[in-house]
Amino acid sequence: MVMTSAMRALKTSILLVTLLVACVAHAEEAADATTPTNEDCLACHSDSLDRSKGKPIPSVAEPYAASIHGQSELSCVDCHADLQGKELPHPDKLAKPDCSTCHEDAVAAYEQSVHANSRRKSPDSQAAWCTDCHGVHDIRGSKDPESKTYHFNLPTTCGKCHGNEGIIAKSHIEIGNVPAHFADSIHGRALNKSGLVVAPNCATCHGNHDIRRASDDKSRVNRFNVPKTCGTCHAGIRAIYETSVHASALREGNPRAAVCIDCHTAHDTKVVDAAWKADLVKECGTCHKESIRTFRDTFHGKVTTLGFTRAATCADCHGSHGILPQKDPGSLVSDARRTQTCRKCHQGATEKFSRYDPHADSRNQQRNPVLYYISQAMKLLLISVFAFFGLHTILWLGRSLVIVRKLQAEGKIDDDK
Amino acid sequence: MTTSNPGQPHQPSPTAPQPDGERFVLRFQRSDRLLHGFLMASFLTLALTGMPLLFPEAPWASKLANLLGGYRVTGVLHRMAAATMLLVFSTHLVRLAHRLIVRKDFGMLWGPRSLVPQPVDLVQLLQHFRWFVGLGPRPHFDRYSYWEKFDYWAVFWGMAIIGTSGLMLWFPAFFARLLPGWIFNIALVVHGEEALMAMVFIFTVHFFNGHLRPDKFPMDLVIFTGRVSVEELKHERPAEYERLVAEQGLDKVLTRPPTPGLIALARIVGTIAVCTGLTVAGLAIYALLR
Repeated sequence: MVMTSAMRALKTSILLVTLLVACVAHAEEAADATTPTNEDCLACHSDSLDRSKGKPIPSVAEPYAASIHGQSELSCVDCHADLQGKELPHPDKLAKPDCSTCHEDAVAAYEQSVHANSRRKSPDSQAAWCTDCHGVHDIRGSKDPESKTYHFNLPTTCGKCHGNEGIIAKSHIEIGNVPAHFADSIHGRALNKSGLVVAPNCATCHGNHDIRRASDDKSRVNRFNVPKTCGTCHAGIRAIYETSVHASALREGNPRAAVCIDCHTAHDTKVVDAAWKADLVKECGTCHKESIRTFRDTFHGKVTTLGFTRAATCADCHGSHGILPQKDPGSLVSDARRTQTCRKCHQGATEKFSRYDPHADSRNQQRNPVLYYISQAMKLLLISVFAFFGLHTILWLGRSLVIVRKLQAEGKIDDDK
Repeated sequence: MTTSNPGQPHQPSPTAPQPDGERFVLRFQRSDRLLHGFLMASFLTLALTGMPLLFPEAPWASKLANLLGGYRVTGVLHRMAAATMLLVFSTHLVRLAHRLIVRKDFGMLWGPRSLVPQPVDLVQLLQHFRWFVGLGPRPHFDRYSYWEKFDYWAVFWGMAIIGTSGLMLWFPAFFARLLPGWIFNIALVVHGEEALMAMVFIFTVHFFNGHLRPDKFPMDLVIFTGRVSVEELKHERPAEYERLVAEQGLDKVLTRPPTPGLIALARIVGTIAVCTGLTVAGLAIYALLR
């Protein structure tokens, strides 16, 4: 058969197209073959591999299989996206997985946090990133008791950094070793000893991904937000607190107004017993300086200073969460209710009895004139008596010693006499 | 507190009179000594149990309070001692009234046997100061010198003031039926300040005048044994010695010497009291200077 030129050209074209299609088809087939499957990864990253020679290869098979990602049948390259379409073996260092591919909201919240801020500011920051709290291949759901973020496990997880003196010092964490304090607090004990899931852990107050500095006004532990944060559990107390003089001062924007943590502390929260109340006087005194000074001068104050808890301290008369100014008729120390308040301890207290001034100041001429002058007179008497008899005694001693020396010299008395 | 009855007169041998150092005159009767003993014990207890409340911020305060048994026990001890002291005070007042009204001993009101301050005391005070600086002879004291009178009246008014304010603080609800509440503020200040003065005065000035000055060091046992040697009486209170000889004759006022047992007891009690007192004074001065 003799081919025409046209026939020859067609044949060439068909051959070329066939070749091209074959080439493209072959190229597609080759790409699928280079992206590692989980089986490819686990061929090396599992315990079945003989690890006696060469560099150690971390085994992730078991923790990954048990993890929430493993259970959801995610493939390795979903996180290790930089290995997609790459030939194995891969380089030693892999790119940091981008969790936001799936966990967009959590990462967006994290970006607002003190941890993210610290990492942005300093490249060698040790501040927590996703894996520091959640783990790496072994990430479990927070409801899983094995999870690093499970309710009872979280304090230990946070404690990896916040309980590490080296990291605390290096990262200038001002508050210091918080987990040690928290563990001994009423919240820590409820969590660890009593196993109460309703007891708060770190995240209950601080939040989780978007943990902010207390100085940040969006922080859950910012002074102005503390009553709301504590009130999520202590709702009844918060309702009373909101009626108090401290709460109204706080609403007016006074940063010195007492909030929950000023009396109860943030991480050392203790059972409210008599010893704690006696010690609390100091705390009230950090703002109410004049009142604590005058309180310390009274019987109540002196007894409490000695560490005995029988006598009244601030809260016994003024109340605690719902504390009101003295002029408010609802105040426990208002003219109307004062006698009743005294009767809590002094059963026989009368109206006259309650005119006792529990904050009398013997140095204040305006406030307590009678007391002031009596106190001054007592001081004058004391000074005059000791000035006179001090001189009397010193002169007498001097004279007596002169005489003794003279008699000794004359041999009239021996040294023993 | 005069010695109108010198007790059982001692019978010295007429042929060989004993030296003055071994002949004794009774200065304080047993009842006086007992009252002083109770006064001393209650005063020391009140001082020890009151000190922590007077200086609650001193580093020793809570230790001392707990050592004494804590809040309740120190409170009970303080009130028991207070009751004892008030009993001593009342007994003393009753005895004074008895002597004045029943025995008509007006010498207790004025004169050489009286504790009432008199012009002679001012004179002797000035004379004493002159003697201190070597410008005159030692004054001729009688039964009670001016500083002993001061001690007596200081304790007398001290007991009245600290006792009254203390009772008010002990029974506030009762006293508040009669008095306004601010009176307790004053009672508290007065009770503490007066007690501080009493303690420091007794434990420094009274101790020095009575016991620690070189003539008496380490202590004068007369308040425990009641007896003073004629030698000491002549030296310390020549006016009283001369008066006793002139009024009654020395032989009439002589008494048995103190027994060794009494002397030993006096030394033990005296040492405990002086040491306790000096310790309390030390604690108070430490707290005041801190």
